[in-house]
Amino acid sequence: MSDLNQEMAERYKNNFLKEIEEQAEMGEWVKMCMQCGLCSGSCPTNFHSGWDHPPQEIFMLIRAGKREEVLNSEGMYMCTSCYNCYVRCPRKVPVTHVMHGIAEYAYRIGRAPKAQPTLHLSKTFWSNATKYGRVNEVQLTQSLYFKDGVGAGIKKGLEMKDVALGLVKAGRLNPLEALGMGHKCKDIKGIHAMLAKAEELEARNKAAKGKE
Amino acid sequence: MADTKTAAYICKGCEIDKRVDVSALVKTATKSGKMNLVREHDFLCSAEGVAMIQNDIDNEGVTHAAICACSRRAKTEAFNFPTIAMSRGNLREGVIWIRPDTEDARETTQEMAEDYVRMACAEVKAMQVPPGNQKTGTVKTLLVVGGGMSGMTSALEASKAGYKVVLVEKTGALGGWAGKLYRRVPTREPFKAPEDNGVADMVARIEADSNIKVYLNATIAKTDGAPGRFKVEIAIESGGIAQEDIGAIVQATGFSLYDANKLPEFGYGKTPNVVDQAGLEALAREAAAAGKPICRPFDGQPVKSVVFVQCAGQRDASGTHLQYCSGFCCNTSIKQAMYFKDANPDIDTVVLFTDLRTPGNGEDFYRAAQNKGVIFSKGVVSSVTPSGNACAVKFKDLILNEDTEAQADLVVLATGMVPNSGPDLDQLSEANRQAEGGDEAAKEQVVQLMSKSVLNLTYRQGPDMPQFKHGFNDSHFICFPYETRRTAIYTAGPVRRPMDILQAQEDATGAAMKAIQALENAGLGKAAHPRAGDLSFPTVRLEGCTQCKRCTVECPFGAIDEDEKRFPLFNESRCRRCGTCMGACPVRVISFENYSVNTVGSQIKAVDVPDEFSEKPRILILACENDAYPALDMAGMNRHEYDPYVRVIPIRCLGSVNTIWITDALNGGYDGVMLMGCKHGEEYQCHFVKGSELGRYRLSKVGDTLKGMNLETERVMDLEVAITDIATLPQKINDYAALIKSFPPSPFKGF
Repeated sequence: MSDLNQEMAERYKNNFLKEIEEQAEMGEWVKMCMQCGLCSGSCPTNFHSGWDHPPQEIFMLIRAGKREEVLNSEGMYMCTSCYNCYVRCPRKVPVTHVMHGIAEYAYRIGRAPKAQPTLHLSKTFWSNATKYGRVNEVQLTQSLYFKDGVGAGIKKGLEMKDVALGLVKAGRLNPLEALGMGHKCKDIKGIHAMLAKAEELEARNKAAKGKE
Repeated sequence: MADTKTAAYICKGCEIDKRVDVSALVKTATKSGKMNLVREHDFLCSAEGVAMIQNDIDNEGVTHAAICACSRRAKTEAFNFPTIAMSRGNLREGVIWIRPDTEDARETTQEMAEDYVRMACAEVKAMQVPPGNQKTGTVKTLLVVGGGMSGMTSALEASKAGYKVVLVEKTGALGGWAGKLYRRVPTREPFKAPEDNGVADMVARIEADSNIKVYLNATIAKTDGAPGRFKVEIAIESGGIAQEDIGAIVQATGFSLYDANKLPEFGYGKTPNVVDQAGLEALAREAAAAGKPICRPFDGQPVKSVVFVQCAGQRDASGTHLQYCSGFCCNTSIKQAMYFKDANPDIDTVVLFTDLRTPGNGEDFYRAAQNKGVIFSKGVVSSVTPSGNACAVKFKDLILNEDTEAQADLVVLATGMVPNSGPDLDQLSEANRQAEGGDEAAKEQVVQLMSKSVLNLTYRQGPDMPQFKHGFNDSHFICFPYETRRTAIYTAGPVRRPMDILQAQEDATGAAMKAIQALENAGLGKAAHPRAGDLSFPTVRLEGCTQCKRCTVECPFGAIDEDEKRFPLFNESRCRRCGTCMGACPVRVISFENYSVNTVGSQIKAVDVPDEFSEKPRILILACENDAYPALDMAGMNRHEYDPYVRVIPIRCLGSVNTIWITDALNGGYDGVMLMGCKHGEEYQCHFVKGSELGRYRLSKVGDTLKGMNLETERVMDLEVAITDIATLPQKINDYAALIKSFPPSPFKGF
């Protein structure tokens, strides 16, 4: 994966803006930012740890050609997709999508930070949902709780046990899901075929873009 | 005028008769007002009521009429009798609408109404019918000074309106700055690319226009006279002088770029690779003519990267450079960045700005530039230094909050506009004063300042237009766009305030229209803004004049010169009828036919001042007719009540207040005097620009007089009133009335 990183860095040399425009989804919007800062001011994750660069700064860093700083940043993974920035941007820049686009690109070239919680959630959620055709809540929760080790997982589980029991009593949580039972969708094969086709199309698009 | 016959008309309409005893008012007009004829009418502003008055004028020989009905600002079309002297008693907005309809209030309301009737009668008897200015000039030719975008626009617009134009241009060609541009910022949809500068087309239209006479390589040697009859001497190319008769003048002398040599930190002058915006236009034209890309001046290699430094020497809080934003340069830099991007998208163009300001449709243009790949970075440049064949630009990135550096083949400085507005008149008069005292350095300074003169006016108050902030010949841009302080001389374009081409063209059109209005008014002997149409003009009783020069110095419009015997010489056509001279005159020899020390003074004296035991104080309000009086009228329309012991007299301007009125009022037993005038200072709203400021300066001396009379200094109060203070003004009056009531009654009552 890091080969791809090297390759891209070589290919675009000092023009990181061009790299983002061509490689990251919605990257072509970065140049349209007018640096008003409304996105950063609107972001609910503002001032949380890990938010090293708010959207306005990410955009500016890209335009300033600071490749390493952007790819090392956790800012774009912090997005909760609330769409405040997207709605408020006076330039109609789809900020949320641009942030996702950059995060996806960083992941694709192997530059995503290790053990990044949002990234972990995304990956877990995706594999969980695609495996069963719908989210297996118990398995998803388990994988999140135990992501930092068995001890931390048990601790977190005990913390939340009252909530879990309440949900079970109310019929909102099926403990059998832990064994892969519980809700299933009707045509799991169909879904898998659909996803396979989508992946194939996306890979083709990206390959085409990379050759431009 | 042969015999004087006075008449008072009292209207009963709008429920006046229900609120006050009209028969008592008739008695007041007859007995106290001593009017020859007094009539009441149910509906005075109706066709029938107006016909009654007209009949009295035609058949009864009425020469002076006091119309006691509504405010003088209302029903002006109905009560329009230009052949007679006329005053208005404000019984509606001034009395019944600001008083409660209760039994308790009836007595004071009636007293108020009777006073306003007395005042109207007293005023009209002190008035005369203005005969109009006899020294009118009827020249209908417009002089436009400056052949740039603004000047050419003014000339073409005036010509289109059917007026002859004399266009004087200092250089050898029309076009000004715009003519030097490679392209201009787009003026049309979709605002995405620079467009042709449009100068050639305008020059062709001017050359083909038989109404427009152009002098190139010419300057104004002398401007003498007044609106409608200016005599202008033009120093022409051959070294001779051409004479032109001119009705009104548009000064469109434009701007110079702020001198980039004052910005050594940005490398200007140290390397040819640093240019100002004009320098880049020249490079772009050169390149286009040669069919080559824009090249680096240092070694002639094609430019691969450009940095634009916005606000270079502008918006400088330290006071070293320009303190203002010139408003055009962001769009210009965007346009210039496009010169590069349109030719070759691989050229790096970076605009370093602190606040990008793109007036007009510049926002679309800005977006187009971003789409073309121009990089905009929020940053403050600290230095530009030569670096090899190129430049190193050090700047602080304001978003990333770090000091950084960029390399560029070419650096363009956006240096901003400095007006070509002639010498600063205050500086000049000070230099003149010292030169008269024999100071050699001052004499040299006078010569140097006069060499910058644009109009070379023979006015006593100096050879050019007065300047406001930062040397621009500005005006209050909301209240009085286009207005200046010299009647029938209008400034247009960047000499007035920083602006771009489109704004300048709009400005120039407005100025041309104002100039036409002014010369037409001058021909009819009428005043220009804000007393448009007023036929009165100041007259002076020279036998009484002490040659103190206050009127000539204080006139905000430079209307008064001094004759060879040092007496004031009025140029009525230059006058705006504000009455500042009248307020200034310590011996009170200046007056207007329809507005004088006497017309106001007799009103003050006409008010019935009850004795000290009555517990009915009297407060005089002198209210500026432009803002305060309309605000009071509107307070009436909104039925905002105020104190019944005030008596309001409209005045033309706070500047026209002669302190004798205040002394007379206090001596006459008034308990307080309130003056209402417009805001003055940098953000002035005075319709006569300096009137309220001068008036206030005079009032600041009243405190000593009050102490001398053993009176509380609060008995004279100066209040700044805007036309929008409709709701708050009555409260302010009431507060002041409460304060006055807390004092013992004036000791001067009954004398």
